[in-house]
Amino acid sequence: MSAVNLQLDENNKLRHFLSIEGLNRDLLLRILDSAESFINITGRSVKKVPALRGRVIANIFFEHSTRTRTTFELAAKRLSADVLNLNISTSATSKGETLLDTLRNLEAMDVDMFVMRHGDSGAAHFLASHANPGVSIINAGDGQHSHPTQAMLDMFTIRSVKGDFTPLRVAIVGDILHSRVARSQIMALNTLGVSEVRVIAPRTLIPSNARESLGVHVYHDMDEGIRNVDVIIMLRLQKERMNGALLPSEHEFFQCYGLTEERLQLADDEVTVMHPGPINRGVEMATAVADGKHSVILQQVTYGIAVRMAILSMAMQPSSAGRES
Amino acid sequence: MNASFTILNARLHDPSADMEQVTDIHIAGGEIVAIGSAPPGFNAERQIDATGKLLIPGIIDLNTRLREPGQEQKGTIISETTAAARGGVTTVICPPDTDPVIDTPAVAELIRRRAKQSAQARVLSVGALTRGLAGEHLTEMAALKSSGCIAVSNARRPVRSNLILKRAMEYAATWQIPIFVNPLDHALNNSGCAHDGRVANRLGLPGIPCSAETVAVATMLELAQETGVHLHFQQISTARAVEMLHEAQLKGVHVTADVAAHQLHLTEMDVDGFDSNCHLLPPLRTLADRDVLRQGVAGGVISAICSAHEPHEADAKLAPFPSTEPGISALETLLPLTLRLVDEKLIDLPRAISLLTSGPAEIAGLASGSISVGTDADLCLIDLDREWRFAADKMLSAGHNTPFDGWEFKGYVTHTFFEGRMTWSES
Repeated sequence: MSAVNLQLDENNKLRHFLSIEGLNRDLLLRILDSAESFINITGRSVKKVPALRGRVIANIFFEHSTRTRTTFELAAKRLSADVLNLNISTSATSKGETLLDTLRNLEAMDVDMFVMRHGDSGAAHFLASHANPGVSIINAGDGQHSHPTQAMLDMFTIRSVKGDFTPLRVAIVGDILHSRVARSQIMALNTLGVSEVRVIAPRTLIPSNARESLGVHVYHDMDEGIRNVDVIIMLRLQKERMNGALLPSEHEFFQCYGLTEERLQLADDEVTVMHPGPINRGVEMATAVADGKHSVILQQVTYGIAVRMAILSMAMQPSSAGRES
Repeated sequence: MNASFTILNARLHDPSADMEQVTDIHIAGGEIVAIGSAPPGFNAERQIDATGKLLIPGIIDLNTRLREPGQEQKGTIISETTAAARGGVTTVICPPDTDPVIDTPAVAELIRRRAKQSAQARVLSVGALTRGLAGEHLTEMAALKSSGCIAVSNARRPVRSNLILKRAMEYAATWQIPIFVNPLDHALNNSGCAHDGRVANRLGLPGIPCSAETVAVATMLELAQETGVHLHFQQISTARAVEMLHEAQLKGVHVTADVAAHQLHLTEMDVDGFDSNCHLLPPLRTLADRDVLRQGVAGGVISAICSAHEPHEADAKLAPFPSTEPGISALETLLPLTLRLVDEKLIDLPRAISLLTSGPAEIAGLASGSISVGTDADLCLIDLDREWRFAADKMLSAGHNTPFDGWEFKGYVTHTFFEGRMTWSES
């Protein structure tokens, strides 16, 4: 499929990083291994390597983000790249500039890599299919489609705690339907060969044919769904979805699907609790769980920098073809 | 302007008479003056050897957006009727969602005049069902009919309530005007841009469930039965809609249906990779839906295949999938996609021809769609055996938005005549 070809060059090396779909287990493991080598840098007093010195990375965010944008920026700076931050929702497009025009203008400034978040599913694929040779696109979240760097940092976190993926049962709880994070996590977990991926939510928040289209086991009962699982990933529930036709109230969601200490007893004793952040305390999970001994939520953020360093350095093209003359 | 022609030795197929013969056709003054031997003293200025070729009535397309007036960056009456001629189409029927909307005789007249000056095909309008297509006030349908509108429609815009829809049906039935509907429940459609199925779920594309169509079909069928209006369903996309229409037709409700040619060949799978040329409304659905649509075409529930022609400028498709505009520039692939159904043994050649000519003529209440002496010489000459490759960059439409670039087709239009004028011949 075109999505596959777009991400890899003829030697099957990373060209863009757009979605987990189309990347094989070996490549995902190489990303995790590479991230491992960057973890050490994070602990040093001088937190920089010269890997991308002289290269320019533009963070273009059409949607608000704090954590993802910041960790991408830190990752790029630790690789010694020059970083441009553009918050486009308040600049170009409000003047009517198309996404393609934005790309062309920044390319003309010799930007080597774009890290983009956009509200439309497929936006990163679109940009990648029109980018000049030598320019790489990193998807920092596109619509409801994909958020592959988040998924990879989650995989990194899981591996660092659990070691091996194959015996794991993983439950993802919350708004699967609208979640690019969930889609990417599910594809990454299945590619890495976990024993079972479960999704848990009311029917309003799960795609109608999730089992076939996403390859997951579907649960509507939280207690049943988290029984004996090794990892629980709680998704963030968007405020605007909580009081309407998708869900009656935050209260009822917490009653039925909130992760509490009592519920946590049903999972494996060594269960790991994750959340991509930011957490709605008392909606998705109780404070005691978020800050409890099973939670690795802050580690996820730390690892996010190393994983993004790995992905940026692997996807950066060796030379900016034709532009150095 | 109207030269005289003799088309020699053509395999003439008239679907209205279900008749086929190898013969000569003589054209003068815009009309067919004789079939068989020439009238005494007739001397054609031009003779066309049609040996081995099929001659059919010009194709009638029930749904063509010419984009004029209002969206000339996408297409004009000249550009799109030129594309029609290349596709063997001699009559195009335009929905009312132009700018301005075709909701008064004045706008209908404007389009008619503009077409008269420049068009390479007959341009007929569908009038608006409600003023400004706003779904609230009925249009002056009797006047629209008098000014040549062959039907009324609210295109893809919502009618505010079922009460208004019912009254519109009653009023249209009063003047014996058919209503063309694009069945769509706008609330269920939500902000969807692809079929709510496997592919959209995987790609995170907001889904359009089948119920967005079928709920509207069910409602409209009930109202059609109650009001007795002729309701024509345009571009249905779901298996369930075919079943419901079949049941209604068996009960004697006056309902007809067409399908867009691309819905018979593509499915939701073609959206994979975020191909914006497959961003359509209604969306491409499952293989199972496609197969039932095909059965509907073969079995007679669906009596016309249309192009659902929607040309776009390049920029309209150059964006992330959900932000692109839906539609295909489809006039030039209508006939080859329909002939492909014959090659695939779904339907026979006479059925294919009727789906493009006499079928739509009957729906639209037109006298055309046949070949007989004294009628307008609207004709399409086809080399059925010719294999060719369709190329988007060679399209005559102003819009090159097609998912069929590079497809191999069999059956090529060599000449088109509209009112006795040769509007297309390969040079």
